Amino acid sequence: MDIPRKTAARPRRRTLFQDNPSVLWFMGLLGLFTLGVTILSEGFGLGLISTNLVKILGMTLCLCLIAIAMDVVWGYCGILSLGHFAFFGLGGYMIGMWLMYARTEIVIRGSLGRGTIPPTELEVSEAVAAQIFGVVGSSELPAIWMFAHSLPAQLALVVLVPGLLALIFGWLAFRSRVTGVYLSILTQAMTLALSLYLFQNDTGLRGNNGLSGLQNIPGALDVPQSIISMWFFWASAFMLGAGYLLFAWVVSGKFGSVIRAIRDNEARVRFLGYNVEGYKLFIFTLTAVISGIAGALYYPQAGIINPAEIAPIASIYLAVWVAIGGRGRLYGAVIGAASVSLLSSWLTGGGAPNIDLGFYRIVWTDWWLVLLGLGFVLVTLFFPKGIGGLFDYLVRKQP
Amino acid sequence: MPRPPWFLILVACLTVPLLLRPAPLAAQTETPLQDLLQSMQQIVASPSRARVAEVLDALQQADAPGTTTFLNRWAAREVYERPEDGLFFYGREGAARSLILIDIDTDADIAEVTTRDVNQIRVNAGVRREIEAAMVSFELLNPDPARRSAALAAIARSPDPEQIPLLEAALEAEEQAAIATRMARLLDLLNARFATDSAIRVAAIEGLRGDISTEARRALNQILATSAELAPEIPAGSNVARIRVPGQDIDLLAAYQRLSDAGLAPPRPGRNAIRDALRANVVDGEVGGIPVHQLHTDEMRRATYRALEAAGSVPPLVTQADIEAAVAEYVFFDQYLEPDPAVTDAARAALDSTRTAISLWQFLSLSIDALSLASIFFLAAIGLAITFGVMRVINMAHGEFIMMGAYTGYVVQTMIPNYTTSLIVALPLAFLVTFAAGVAMERTVIRHLYSRPLETLLATFGISIALQQLAKNIFGTQARPLTSPDWLAGSIALNDLVSVSTIRVAIFVMALAFLLILLFILNRTRLGLEVRAVTQNPGMAASMGINPDRINMLTFGLGSGIAGVAGVSIGLVAQVTSEMGANYIVQSFMTVVVGGVGSVFGTLAGATLIGALQKGIEWFNPGNTLAAQTYMVLFIILFIQFRPKGIVALKGRAAGD
Repeated sequence: MDIPRKTAARPRRRTLFQDNPSVLWFMGLLGLFTLGVTILSEGFGLGLISTNLVKILGMTLCLCLIAIAMDVVWGYCGILSLGHFAFFGLGGYMIGMWLMYARTEIVIRGSLGRGTIPPTELEVSEAVAAQIFGVVGSSELPAIWMFAHSLPAQLALVVLVPGLLALIFGWLAFRSRVTGVYLSILTQAMTLALSLYLFQNDTGLRGNNGLSGLQNIPGALDVPQSIISMWFFWASAFMLGAGYLLFAWVVSGKFGSVIRAIRDNEARVRFLGYNVEGYKLFIFTLTAVISGIAGALYYPQAGIINPAEIAPIASIYLAVWVAIGGRGRLYGAVIGAASVSLLSSWLTGGGAPNIDLGFYRIVWTDWWLVLLGLGFVLVTLFFPKGIGGLFDYLVRKQP
Repeated sequence: MPRPPWFLILVACLTVPLLLRPAPLAAQTETPLQDLLQSMQQIVASPSRARVAEVLDALQQADAPGTTTFLNRWAAREVYERPEDGLFFYGREGAARSLILIDIDTDADIAEVTTRDVNQIRVNAGVRREIEAAMVSFELLNPDPARRSAALAAIARSPDPEQIPLLEAALEAEEQAAIATRMARLLDLLNARFATDSAIRVAAIEGLRGDISTEARRALNQILATSAELAPEIPAGSNVARIRVPGQDIDLLAAYQRLSDAGLAPPRPGRNAIRDALRANVVDGEVGGIPVHQLHTDEMRRATYRALEAAGSVPPLVTQADIEAAVAEYVFFDQYLEPDPAVTDAARAALDSTRTAISLWQFLSLSIDALSLASIFFLAAIGLAITFGVMRVINMAHGEFIMMGAYTGYVVQTMIPNYTTSLIVALPLAFLVTFAAGVAMERTVIRHLYSRPLETLLATFGISIALQQLAKNIFGTQARPLTSPDWLAGSIALNDLVSVSTIRVAIFVMALAFLLILLFILNRTRLGLEVRAVTQNPGMAASMGINPDRINMLTFGLGSGIAGVAGVSIGLVAQVTSEMGANYIVQSFMTVVVGGVGSVFGTLAGATLIGALQKGIEWFNPGNTLAAQTYMVLFIILFIQFRPKGIVALKGRAAGD
């Protein structure tokens, strides 16, 4: 992105870390957390943390990654996108296609190889297709699966598919100056269209069955889940750290000033000669790509992906996390995503004790969403800065 | 000791049955059918083709109740004669191979006997045909027009060549024009299919020209049924529908497959057949001298198969050239099952003549469907047209207000059993409930966020999530029925192609009523004037003595209340679940945005466009509502590119910005 330089006298150059003291803090805490989980894990350490919990923590890290992406596009650039979970899901689908195809191929080759005559390539791919698509009453491999046998191709698609979709959609939307709530509704419509599309059986992604068995990694089928879960945990932690660094860099400096200015007064930035649409498109696409990567790391840990994951409500929850955590600060998004999603899975998973009031029994699975909804209203009304706003009090005390 | 009076006992035994005999006669008025049958006991008990007509005529003359049932059972050999008194009964099987006798007139169980005690009346095929024909003409000549119509419907359901003369006779006697028309058409239908004379059939088919009913088209299509044939050359006198050229109209491999199925060519070993043949010929890990592990490509497998073929152990491989040569020997064609070309030509012409009319009717049917869908969209969106369109408040909980209205209707229905009354109570009650909810929400939340539209969106999301879960907690997750009253349950059918259910008409009327009420309120009342003033310039309106707070509250309440009433009507056609609102919210916003924010007519236009679009897409891809919705949303995204302000764009100062 070529940013026209307007000012001759520039202030003393500050490093990224001087601009963002939170980056070092965050990196340190993330490192400590990763180390702690590794030491306590079943796969590599004391076994105090079950494999299941490691998976939940790893998934939470992925949710934190998409939350900071959401924070950049919404909190910094002012685009309330209600479609980033669609990019997340698309990333998951892209990696899921490889996971499912490659694993099925290994199984099929094993069973066909036991025959007297070795199978031909055509027979293998037909048998794989019949195995995968039998559930939707088809036995042909759809055209969109043509790269599913290749890991590098699908990894490229994890980046390309959400990126291209965001690029085309963003170009159309920003070009016609759709802003504010209209843009939010439009992104929501896009998400709805995508999830409805994926719900169909004949679109080649198994309809509402989704892709399953993603926790089994081809090439590592005999490695226990306790080890695999740690691999994914490390990968998620690494990507979260890298994503945090990337976004901290993007939102600091002059570029960051421009996108914050767009958020505050778009017309004025445009009159100053900046290409507002270009900046917005760049941020929208970049965050979509990061969301796709987060999804690609999330779903192998979840084990299954289906179109319900992409439904518009998921993207709304994403906005809820970021708003509760605190918009406009990256660590706020992380705090919001981690606390709300962990609390949510604790309360709806039956882990929390129900409260007996005598005349009424509060069952958390029933009341958690009511609480979340009302809490969200309160945060929006009275604490627009979210939980992250508390840090301001701490920082302000220091000189 | 005197001799026992054997003689007297004998006499008594003989006379008792005779004395009992008058008993049925005493009950004459209650058993008209039995009496009638008894008067011709001999013929009924052993019916012959020559004399059965007497009974049938008599039955038709008397027209006693239950005659049709008797004829049916008589023909089905379910009537029994009791030899002691000659009475007739129906029989049905009881336990342990016994037979339960049923009275013909009263339908009451009389006695349980074994099959040896009674004579089954055996009706031969000739007599049965007579009885069946009599039944039809009995009904067709019945003085009651409803019975005649029912008989015609029965004939239409199971057409039979035997019915032709009966229908002709009935047609001559028919006096009512409507029934006569229907008879004539049915006669045409029967003649077209069953008549023996070609000229009569052609004339009958001509009579069906332009008839768009399903039964007429089915009859014509049956005449035009074809079978796929192949022969060295087309046999003389065959009625060919079309000739299929291999490679163009018919796949070459499919053509060859048909040849080999008919035994005219050797079967072509496919990939699986080759694999199975090779598998069967594995000797010491080799097939024809080639190690098994090399057989993992189709080329290798074919080469190996050729080696086996040379050794003569497998059937020969059929090459492309073989296929072409074999197929070229034969002509592939579709042949009409009907041998007479005059008949098939007439049928084709008659069918073609209906094509335009049918597509026009189908278009009308599609338009009605689209209109019906549009009115549902309009109902769902019209509340938003006020809150979002006029006040510019993004209310994401709007869908939940619709749901609230629908559940109000459900609760009222559980309390008031009469569906009509409950509907009349539910409509205003739903308005009140959601009006109150809307006012409460405006006072507590939205009022504080008028300057921050994005935050309004978020806060109302929160409310939407909470309300949805609350409804789930109260009413459970399963769908609750909202039953419409009987007078809304049927459907209005114009013909076989166009019909619309009454409830959808009612919804359309309701949507129209809402439109008018809303237009009246906004344009003709003090409240509407003040609403428009406040939305255009709150400060100026306030200085004119209008209280903007009060107006905003009332307007929001009005929009929410209308959503509640819409919820009741939507609940009548869709299922009432806690998620029903969420299903409509995105489409409702789309409707308002596409139509043009700020204009009630815009919402109408948007709903019409979206409804028409969805039905149109569904027409191209029938049965796939999901695909239609997907493409519709995509279309809307593109549409907003070209008309960002919607169909009805406000101009000038009212456009705001």
